[in-house]
Amino acid sequence: MKTRYFLALALLVAVSSALVVLAAPPAGNGSITGKVTYTGTPPKMKPIDMSKEPTCAKQHATPVMTENLVTGPGNALQDVVVYISAGAPETSASSQTLRYDQKGCQYLPHVLAMEANQPLEIYNDDQTSHNIHPLAKVNPEWNKSQPPGTPPIQAKYEKPERIPVKCNIHPWMHGYFVVLNTSHYSVTGNDGGFSLKDLPAGKYTVTAWQEQSEPQTQDVTLGAGESKSISFTFKVLPY
Amino acid sequence: MGKAFAALLAIITLASVYFFAARTWWMPVDISAHGPGVDHQIIETMLLTGVLFLLSQLALAGFVWKFGGPGEGRRISTFPGGAKVVVFAVFVVVGIEILTLSFFGSKVWAGMFFAPAAPNSLHIDVQAEQFAFFFRYAGPDGQFGGIHPELINDGNGNYFGLDPANDVAARDDIVVGSLTIPVNKPILLTLHTKDMIHSFFVPELRIQQDIVPGLEIPIHFTAVQTGKHEIVCTQLCGLGHYNMKAYIEVLPQDKYDEWLKSQSQ
Repeated sequence: MKTRYFLALALLVAVSSALVVLAAPPAGNGSITGKVTYTGTPPKMKPIDMSKEPTCAKQHATPVMTENLVTGPGNALQDVVVYISAGAPETSASSQTLRYDQKGCQYLPHVLAMEANQPLEIYNDDQTSHNIHPLAKVNPEWNKSQPPGTPPIQAKYEKPERIPVKCNIHPWMHGYFVVLNTSHYSVTGNDGGFSLKDLPAGKYTVTAWQEQSEPQTQDVTLGAGESKSISFTFKVLPY
Repeated sequence: MGKAFAALLAIITLASVYFFAARTWWMPVDISAHGPGVDHQIIETMLLTGVLFLLSQLALAGFVWKFGGPGEGRRISTFPGGAKVVVFAVFVVVGIEILTLSFFGSKVWAGMFFAPAAPNSLHIDVQAEQFAFFFRYAGPDGQFGGIHPELINDGNGNYFGLDPANDVAARDDIVVGSLTIPVNKPILLTLHTKDMIHSFFVPELRIQQDIVPGLEIPIHFTAVQTGKHEIVCTQLCGLGHYNMKAYIEVLPQDKYDEWLKSQSQ
């Protein structure tokens, strides 16, 4: 008798958990990891002269360099956005607020990836005015002035787009907003590594984007709970 | 009341003349070879207009003193011949003064703007944009790369629109955000602007030149003193105009050579 109850209970648990799994978006535990590297000779990054903005210049012991192609040890390529461009399960946008800083007359981070509709706060940490101008074409374009001590600017982008960001006051300040319609993305650090986690079994297209190169894509098929390693290689030229 | 106003007028006149004569707020130091000519011209203009200013303001004060009060049944006097004669006389006197100043001043002006730069001039390219100046040196090969406006990209530091991929001369061009020059060497700047009208003003060099989109504007000078000064934009060019500046540093030749070498590495 007891066994029968137990079996019934076990069945109930099994069925209901199966229902829960079917109803909720399939959050798998598969992953795609790898590294972005370059071949060829990368261009020399140029030092930025900030002498006209002494409050910024004094924050840097050595001159800040341009960041259009940042490399790391072992031919690693930094600031590459790797994301699932097709096949990812649909999710609602993250409500976690992202922070973007204008500090020492630089944009930190240089490349900020975000989900469409994800809230964004833009801070001016400098003792000088900034005027951030994201050059959006698909989303509405705006620019906002931010004297020192201004509260952060609240922003949000509704459509996926790669948006160059510039400062209307300091011509050397440049960055990128990469607005994506997936939560599965990764921006490479100095080691060029990326990792896309929590993927259910399926067929995916993975895109790697670097600001001055042609984007690359790869198709990856994942089984349930499978982890695959892929790599992207960008060909770079010295000029 | 009339007398008090006349006295006030005289005091304001004498005080303002005093501050000019005593050079209380005077021009900054002059570091250019052509500067003494410009300063001489400015002082000549100041003297001529200053004397006229002093005489006319004191005459005005004198008339106010004498005739400013209320007078019963006073007859209104007129100049013999009426106002027309006075207006004509003033027109002639002021006209002659302005023409004379322009005539003598044109020599200094022509020396700066109409005479060609010395053949041994150091050529530096200037790019102005909202809200900064950039300077380009030819680099070790002594050749400037061509300019392709469509390639201008602030993000990778290509402020001039160089094409190093296809243009060998552009590869060693030195692009910096401050102007460094050797002392006692003729300098030839070619001024460009990327976006709108700006102006290149160095008070210590006695040079102020507008930079107009679509034009290549040459300007030449020789700095005769070492030191560091500010280059400012004097055409209201937008939000960041107040902060559109760069520095000019005049170095002895050997220090300049060192600096140039360090830049081309």
